[in-house]
Amino acid sequence: MIPAIFVFVYLAVVVYIGVFAFRRSKGHGAEDFFLAGRSLGTFVFLLSLFGTNMTAVAILGSSGNAFTNGIVTYGLMASSSGLVIPLTIFLIGTRVWALGKKYGFITPVQIFRDRWECGHIGTVIFAVQAVLLVPYIIIGIMGGGTTLSAVSGGFVPYWLGGAVVAMVVMSYVFFGGMRGTAWVNTFQTLLFLVFGVIAIGVIGSGMGGFRGAVEALGSNPATSWLLTRERISPYYFFSYTFIPLSAIAFPHILIFCLTAKRMVQFKKTVIFYPLCILLIWAPCVFLGVMANRTAGEIPAIREKQEARRVLAQQGRQMTPEQREATREQATGDDVILHLLQHYAPLWLAGILGAGIMAAVMASDSQILALSTMFAEDFFAFYGGRRRFGERVQVQTGRIFVIVLTVLAYAVALRAPETIFEIAIQYAFSGFAALSPLMIAALFWRGSTKWGALASTLWVALAVTAVAVFQQTYPAPPPGPPAVVWSIGGTEILARTSSGTSVYGFMPVVPMVLVSALLMFVVSKLTRKPSAATIEKYFSK
Amino acid sequence: MKRALLVLAVAALYVLHQDFWFWRTPYPVFGVIPVGLFYHACFSVAASLLMWLLVTHAWPHHLEREVEGADAEGGDES
Repeated sequence: MIPAIFVFVYLAVVVYIGVFAFRRSKGHGAEDFFLAGRSLGTFVFLLSLFGTNMTAVAILGSSGNAFTNGIVTYGLMASSSGLVIPLTIFLIGTRVWALGKKYGFITPVQIFRDRWECGHIGTVIFAVQAVLLVPYIIIGIMGGGTTLSAVSGGFVPYWLGGAVVAMVVMSYVFFGGMRGTAWVNTFQTLLFLVFGVIAIGVIGSGMGGFRGAVEALGSNPATSWLLTRERISPYYFFSYTFIPLSAIAFPHILIFCLTAKRMVQFKKTVIFYPLCILLIWAPCVFLGVMANRTAGEIPAIREKQEARRVLAQQGRQMTPEQREATREQATGDDVILHLLQHYAPLWLAGILGAGIMAAVMASDSQILALSTMFAEDFFAFYGGRRRFGERVQVQTGRIFVIVLTVLAYAVALRAPETIFEIAIQYAFSGFAALSPLMIAALFWRGSTKWGALASTLWVALAVTAVAVFQQTYPAPPPGPPAVVWSIGGTEILARTSSGTSVYGFMPVVPMVLVSALLMFVVSKLTRKPSAATIEKYFSK
Repeated sequence: MKRALLVLAVAALYVLHQDFWFWRTPYPVFGVIPVGLFYHACFSVAASLLMWLLVTHAWPHHLEREVEGADAEGGDES
C-alpha cells in the first residue's frame, strides 16, 4: 500500500501543476490554451517535447522487449530514434514553428490547407490522424489502471485505477491546456531521468553487481543470444529506422513545435534529445536483459521464462488461442515492476512506481492535440469561431477533452488490451507513412493537394489491410515466419511472431515508400497551387 | 561544401546504425555492457555530436531573421 500512497501523492502534484498553469494563463484565447501562448522556454520545451514522445513504451515496453529479445531492443527503438527524431525536429520542426509564428497556424492541418489551397482534403487528413491517435488515449487509461492496481497490491481495482488516471489527466488538460500539459510533461521527464539512474543502482546492488549476471548469461547457450542480435534479421533491424519518422508526423509533436517562444529553443532540444534517449532507454534495456538472471529469486519471472520455453518448443502444436495465452504469460512488460518489488525498499519502490505512472500517463498530449485539432480544424474551419467567437471555441475544446476522456475510459473498461496494442503498433507505421506530407509541403514546390490526398488514403488503406491481415492469420510461435504468399520460392508476404513481413521488411518500409511515390506521381499529374501561395512558402 | 559534408555525415551515421560487424558478438565491454549495446550507446552520443554540428553550421538563420523581425522581443520564460 505504501507505493500506492506515493503514486497518489504524485497524482495530486500533477493536478496541482495543471491548476497552477490555469492560474498563470494570460487570457482566454485559443493560442493561450492550445499553444501556451507560444511562450515555452528552453528547459520546458526540451523536457516537455521529449516527454511527449516517451510513452509507457519507454520504461515498461523497453525493458519488457529486452527481457524477451535481448539488447537488440536499444538499437531497434532507441538509437535510431536518437538520430531520426532530432534530425526531423531540426529540419521540419523549426520550419513549422516559423510558419506558425508568421501566419498564426495552430495545427498541421491548417498548414496543409493553406499550403495546398484545400478544405475538405484537410478534413480527410484530420480524420485519419484522429483515428490513428485515439488508441493511444485508450491504452494510456488501461496502463494507468493496471499500474495503479499493481502498485497497490490489488487494493485499487483496475476500473477505479483507470477512472482515477482518466480524471487526473482530464483535469490538468482541461484547466491547464498546453501550459499545464507542458509543465506536467517536464515534471514527468525529470522523474523518468531520475528513475533510470536510481533503478539501475538499486537493482544492481540487490543482484550483487551485474558482472556475474552478464558472464552467466553469456556462457549459457540458452541465454547468450540475449547479448547479441543473432535472432533478428538485418532487414527487420533496418526497417525499424523508418519508424521514428512517425514522430514528426504526430499532430501532438508538431503542435508542440509551435509552442516555443523563440527558434533558438530548438537548438538544445535537438542536441540533447539523443542523450535523453540514452539516459532513459539504456538502463531500462539493460535491466530487462538482466531480469533473465533473476528467475531463481523471482517466481513471476521464472513463470515468464517457462512460458517462453513452452511457446518455443510446443507453439506449433498449440491452437492460436493457446498460443496467444502463452505469449501473454511470457510478455515481459512488468519485469521492471517485479525487479523493483524484489530489490527496492518499499519507500523507494513507491517513488519509482510514481516514475512508471508518469510513463503510462503520457496520453495527455494526444488528448490535448485531438481537442486542438477538433476546435481548430473542424469547429473553427466550419464556421464555429465566426459564429460563436473564440471564447466558445476554447470552451468547445475543453468539452471535447471531457467527452474524449469519458469515451476512452468506457472503451478501456470493455475492450481487450491486445486490440489497442496492435492499433498502436500500426499507428506508428501509419504516422511514419504520413511524414511525406509535411516534407513535401515544406520542401517541394511541386506538391499538390491531390498528391496529399493520395498519400493519406494509401496510409488509411495500408493500416487497415495490415490490421485485417494480422487478425486473419494468427501469429506463429517464435521462429521461422508463416509464409502466406511467395513467388518462385521468394517470400513476399509472411506472418511473423511479432507482426507482418513484406519481402523480409516490416510493413512500414513499403508504406513510407509508396506514400512518398504517390505524393510524387499524383502531384506531377495534377495542378499546383497558385503562384502567390508557392511564393509565400518558398520565397528566399 | 560545408553543407555537402554535413549531409554526408548524416548519411554515414545512418549507415553506421546497421552495425552487422557486432551482430553475433556477446563480448562485454568493461566486463559488464554487451558490445552491441555499448556500440549503440556510443551511437547515441555520436548522434548528439552530429546534431551539435548541424545546429552550429546549418542553422536556418533566414527563418529566424524573418520571424524575429516581426516578433523582436527576446527572453526565455516558462
